[in-house]
Amino acid sequence: MLELQNIKKVFYPGTINEKVALCDLNLKLDDGEFVTVIGGNGAGKSTMQNIISGVFRPDAGKVLLDGIDVTPLPEYKRAKYLGRVFQDPSMGTAADMQIEENLALAYRRGKRRTLRAGITKKEREEYKQLLKELDLGLEERMTAKVGLLSGGQRQAITLLMASLSCPKLLLLDEHTAALDPKTAAKVLEITQRIVESNHLTTLMITHNMRDAIAFGNRLIMLHEGRIVVDVSGEEKKNLTVEDLLTLFTKASGTVFASDRAILSE
Amino acid sequence: MELLSALPGAVAQGLIWGVMAIGVYITYKILDIADLTVDGSICTGATVCTMLMINGVPVWLALIAAALSGILAGALTGALHILLGIPAILSGILTQLVLWSVNLKIMGKANQPLSARNYAVLLSQMDIPMSIVILLICAVLLVTLLYLFFGTELGAGIRATGINPAMSRAQGINTNVTKLIGLALSNGIVAFSGALLCQYQGYADISMGKGAVVIGLAAVVIGEAVISKLPPNFAIRLSGVMVGAIIYYIVYQIIIFIGLDTDLLRMFSAIVVAIFLGAPYVKKQIASRRGIQKGGKTNA
Repeated sequence: MLELQNIKKVFYPGTINEKVALCDLNLKLDDGEFVTVIGGNGAGKSTMQNIISGVFRPDAGKVLLDGIDVTPLPEYKRAKYLGRVFQDPSMGTAADMQIEENLALAYRRGKRRTLRAGITKKEREEYKQLLKELDLGLEERMTAKVGLLSGGQRQAITLLMASLSCPKLLLLDEHTAALDPKTAAKVLEITQRIVESNHLTTLMITHNMRDAIAFGNRLIMLHEGRIVVDVSGEEKKNLTVEDLLTLFTKASGTVFASDRAILSE
Repeated sequence: MELLSALPGAVAQGLIWGVMAIGVYITYKILDIADLTVDGSICTGATVCTMLMINGVPVWLALIAAALSGILAGALTGALHILLGIPAILSGILTQLVLWSVNLKIMGKANQPLSARNYAVLLSQMDIPMSIVILLICAVLLVTLLYLFFGTELGAGIRATGINPAMSRAQGINTNVTKLIGLALSNGIVAFSGALLCQYQGYADISMGKGAVVIGLAAVVIGEAVISKLPPNFAIRLSGVMVGAIIYYIVYQIIIFIGLDTDLLRMFSAIVVAIFLGAPYVKKQIASRRGIQKGGKTNA
């Protein structure tokens, strides 16, 4: 499925602000895996996602998707393989377009955009059904502008958009971080449902250790641009936050440093 | 009476500039780019149309050629912006400079008459009622075509690019291509309006595009104010821009009528645009200041 080979990324090289974001990162995801990613501030979590999605190019290394080397592909070309949800709820949707128009944009991801209708009657019915499954009452507001919706509703729609047109990989970049706890829980529940019903291979960054443990079937922890913890299966199921902190200290030789992760326990 | 007799002319002018303002609307409102190419491309449309007609080309072909010249001008701005990474506003200024020379070369001099007596023009200020009918047909056709276009897959991609470029790329939209198409389309429409204008006024002039951006923006902001209570349908928004341009030219006639110095008109236009564009910001500033005061009192 996804393979990162010896990825290296340095920001501001040769300056006083030089920052090694990713250092010889290797990661291999199997089909259908749901991997949660956790790490302290500046561990390289978002950089990893941005390298996968093509926002940045790596200084060295390769990104493979289903055996295809996508490293040279620009962001918009890679988009057909990826579904993405961002931390900022306003990032993933076009605020001044209708709900159904946003969904129609996502439905055409990876296809040529021609002079055919931007949305068809048949699609509308499909979207209505999908929105109904979200259980947020949005199926009655399909022509409302997305900008009028709450952060949680927008993330739910972005999730739905990400799952349309069957991506090879779903990338979630702290997609509940900007939401209140109740809404975050609801969005995570929707995430779980969408991942399961579409059998999506998923990479979910989170700052919340509990979520990282509760969701998915594999957990990796990044520190200074490397993977320092990688657990899956039974071992992951029985993990506790304390275990995780101990594992981290053992692997990195330092104490886990993330205000948000500690505070959200 | 004098004012009343001048009104039909103002409406005709307003319709021509309304077509231009729709071009401005596409870049400024839909793509979120302030494109200054239009000051040059409106004149390019006029010079191309005039010279072709003088050389015996039928009017419909001259109009198409004029629109194509604008599309090329917009594509040049897009290429400067996308391929060379020059900020959009500066790319537009560069193209505008290029067009100044190109326009002079096309005409061979600073202005060129195109009399309705000698050439089979589509419209002319010598027959204003007929001109208004033809312009209304053009306007309806243009609004309909654009309404349909921005409802297509490609058109929706262009709209999304203007609203949220990062999201657009994440949805597989090549935002460079959509920007280029938007700029080309916009300037094609602007040049088309230039071709209408030179026929209407009976000549093309090298400086006829000066300040066109400001007139276009004025029409856009006046139009928005006019339709603010109507449903935000795309066809209504475009029609609002046309109405905005007509209002602009009626006000222009009134200013002439009451004897104000027309040399000052461009300055007035700039002031009107500045007020409309600045109002939301100032309103927000005042509101936030009031908010702080209010919060202070109630929460103390």
